[in-house]
Amino acid sequence: MTGPVARAHPGGRGRGWARGTRSRLAVVLPPVVFGVAVVALWELYVQAYDIKPYLLPAPSEIWTQFRHSFRVIVDTSKATGSNALVGLVVGLVAGLVAAIVAASSKIVDGLLAPVAAAMNAIPIIALAPLFNSMFSTTSAVPRRLVVAIVVFFPVYVNTVRGLRQVPDVQRELMRSLAVGRWRFARTVQLPGAIPYIFTGFRVASSLAVIAAVVAEYFGGRQNGLGSRITSAAANTAYPRAWAFVLAACVLGIGVYLLAGLLEWLATPWRRGSGATSGT
Amino acid sequence: MTSTPPHPPAPAQAGAANPAGLAKPAGAAVDPARASGPVPAVQITGLDKEFPVAGGGPTVALTGIDLTVAPGEFVSLIGPSGCGKSTLLRLIGDLVAPTRGEVRVFGAPARAARESQRYGIAFQQAGLLEWRTVAGNVELPLQVHGVKKKQRRERARELLELVGLGDFAGQWPAQLSGGMQQRVAIARALAERPPLLLLDEPFGALDEMTRERMQAELARIRVETATTVILVTHSIPEAVFLSDRVAVMSPRPGRIAEIIDVDVPGRMPAPGESGGGVPALEQAVGQAEDVREQAAFFQAVTAVREALRAGGGS
Amino acid sequence: MTVTTVEQPASGRPLPAVPDDAGGAPRPAAGGGWGGRLRRAGLAVAALVLVCAVWELYKLVGSPHGGRLLGVPVLPRNDDTSMPHVWSVLAQLGHKEVNTADSQTVGVAVLKGIWFTLRMALVGLVGGVVIGVLLAVLMARLKIVERGLLPYIIASQTVPLIALAPLVSGWGGKLKVGTLAWQDWMTVALIAAYLAFFPIAVGMLRGLQSPGAGAVELMRSYAASWWQTLLRLRLPAAIPSLLPALRLAAASAVIGAIVAEISTGTSGGVGRLIIAYSQSATSDATKLYDAVLGAAVTGLLVAGLISLVELALHARRGAPTNQAQQTQKVRP
Repeated sequence: MTGPVARAHPGGRGRGWARGTRSRLAVVLPPVVFGVAVVALWELYVQAYDIKPYLLPAPSEIWTQFRHSFRVIVDTSKATGSNALVGLVVGLVAGLVAAIVAASSKIVDGLLAPVAAAMNAIPIIALAPLFNSMFSTTSAVPRRLVVAIVVFFPVYVNTVRGLRQVPDVQRELMRSLAVGRWRFARTVQLPGAIPYIFTGFRVASSLAVIAAVVAEYFGGRQNGLGSRITSAAANTAYPRAWAFVLAACVLGIGVYLLAGLLEWLATPWRRGSGATSGT
Repeated sequence: MTSTPPHPPAPAQAGAANPAGLAKPAGAAVDPARASGPVPAVQITGLDKEFPVAGGGPTVALTGIDLTVAPGEFVSLIGPSGCGKSTLLRLIGDLVAPTRGEVRVFGAPARAARESQRYGIAFQQAGLLEWRTVAGNVELPLQVHGVKKKQRRERARELLELVGLGDFAGQWPAQLSGGMQQRVAIARALAERPPLLLLDEPFGALDEMTRERMQAELARIRVETATTVILVTHSIPEAVFLSDRVAVMSPRPGRIAEIIDVDVPGRMPAPGESGGGVPALEQAVGQAEDVREQAAFFQAVTAVREALRAGGGS
Repeated sequence: MTVTTVEQPASGRPLPAVPDDAGGAPRPAAGGGWGGRLRRAGLAVAALVLVCAVWELYKLVGSPHGGRLLGVPVLPRNDDTSMPHVWSVLAQLGHKEVNTADSQTVGVAVLKGIWFTLRMALVGLVGGVVIGVLLAVLMARLKIVERGLLPYIIASQTVPLIALAPLVSGWGGKLKVGTLAWQDWMTVALIAAYLAFFPIAVGMLRGLQSPGAGAVELMRSYAASWWQTLLRLRLPAAIPSLLPALRLAAASAVIGAIVAEISTGTSGGVGRLIIAYSQSATSDATKLYDAVLGAAVTGLLVAGLISLVELALHARRGAPTNQAQQTQKVRP
């Protein structure tokens, strides 16, 4: 029998559940074990060889600093995080709109394609100082703008790809139903593009936090994680710097996981084990 | 059923030596269904189809097609690859435009028939939308044409029961097997009770056992809904089992070489004929097995096979 | 099997979407001969002109205090110090960098910076590719390594580079191989490699894992060892995933090089120029714009190099996928 696995009865769980936890454990365990091992070895190495903090701070030191500066970490994370999220939303919306317009207008598509290709190559971060000079020094807009631009392009490129790939059989089906163009877009093109949109969104979300942090290196308001890292490093307070680095990593991973969660929520048809992952 | 006499394969008439225009057998030329009586379900006259090809002359897909299908008839189009049977089906459905000639569906031009949704179509790939549930997929034509939610739901449930998938309404297409997906596609094609059903090798991707089962189911559905059906297939037993007439096509250029009437006793009666009510599926499957083992069945299969060979096919 | 219509129906009403290409917009032909390339080049120029036009238009209509859009202060100031005219930015390239008689022009300084950063980025790219490919092969070989390592590889990109730079310099300073001492530029290249290896590792891994069960079983039936399967099946199958990953890696390498230059204070590259010129940006931002232009050009040059590599690879393989798509178009 061709096609995905047939279910003898719809929706049974039963035996499959135990197998599921075992496989879930197999996925989660190795990285956790690996991480713990690395941290342990790291600590031992620093202690044993008495490595100076400017070379490699000990995990215990970093953790102490982390707890110490927790309040500051939370505040700065909020600042950087809000820049990242605002830029993410703006870039996402802009990317979607542009892709939808490009999918129906040859001219727009032709104009945006070289811009997208160029932007993929140009270090967008370098625009940060430009924006800083264009806006007032206390504005958060330059950073958010940088994040939005960084987010725009993966979303745009992936959405355009998703809107373009409609299987022939679905196209013919819609024609046989005498469906107009707008209806076709709504019923088949857009929902079919959702997996692609989320691919773009996942890539964009991982870039958003990094862009928000890096944008802070170029001056402007010093209220985010990036500026704290720089100032701590400049004061040779390396364990403290690394504590902020840890916070930045947590923020980045958090946003990425959030994007993953949104994708899981929005695509219920891909959750069952019978579905293929496709894009 | 059909009023033309059974047509024995006549190699001299159906051979490749015939120029396209004279390839139609005598039976079809004087088809009484065209001369009088109800409006034919499908009427094709002088149809040619060419596809432009970059850097050269056009590819002739079909030439000189004349075909009339009476309402309630089951006609199969059979032939080797390249004979244009899928293209012909798409011409009937106005998914492709003819180069020359005319296609009329229930008296109206093909395009008008498509726009007023006089037919339902199912392709070789089920083409289900993966983000809609099974019921959602069956409801698709209804939704697109503005049917209210409550009626849509009911109709979808009705159709899923008809194809034996009543329990799977809430499942996702990815959770279904190929055969089940195809059944959903057929249910979808029947959603708006179209008077004409176009099927393009819908069982092509299935294994033989499932295929035979689906054929019995299709025969049963056809009786229950009294639909005119045009089926494209390259399985001879399938064509003989299901059809009232089999149009044998041959390639290069694509044309109808011969139309064979099929008359096998014991098959389910055509809509409108006497013969009791509609059998349940299991009963239909049982009857089908009996039919496939009859001598008349084999004779018809042989007739079609010989016509295929004569027409230049496999 | 399915026929996609190639021309419009005789009655003239267009199909719901352009038939010979999935989706509404015709794809600007990938390849497509010189006509296609000319058209795309023309559109690129048009896009550039459009951007400049919008810029100048905003300078005409906007306010020197910036502005609000729907209550949010998102419009930039349009005075000449914040948003210089396009031509003054270009003109600045010809001016002297500093006010001494023998100073080089800004243009020359930018070109030197591009050259420096370009070399850093390329070294970093090569290093990143090597590391990325090795990691990908390792992860493809041992599933447990993939499970254990991949999350950290992904997380590695969340580490701000600014923290890494002093670390790398510090460790590099302790390294001495014979007479070779660790140079500043090596730090930059290493950080560029750090950013570049990630898309390669992930993309290559996906490519190595892409052959379907059928192909893998075929190799098994030949009693091929894992390494033979790698060489004959997985590596060639990974090339289509490698190329987009290379483009991403190239862009990342440039970013990494520039940011590393800034954090280590290495002079000679575009990053240094950006910082230096941004200090004078409050009075005259044109030099800063020139430096940023230099960064953009660096990125474009590296991307251009990758496109050449892609072209060379395609010329050898003959772009089979495109051909397959085209022959399937018409089949009655």
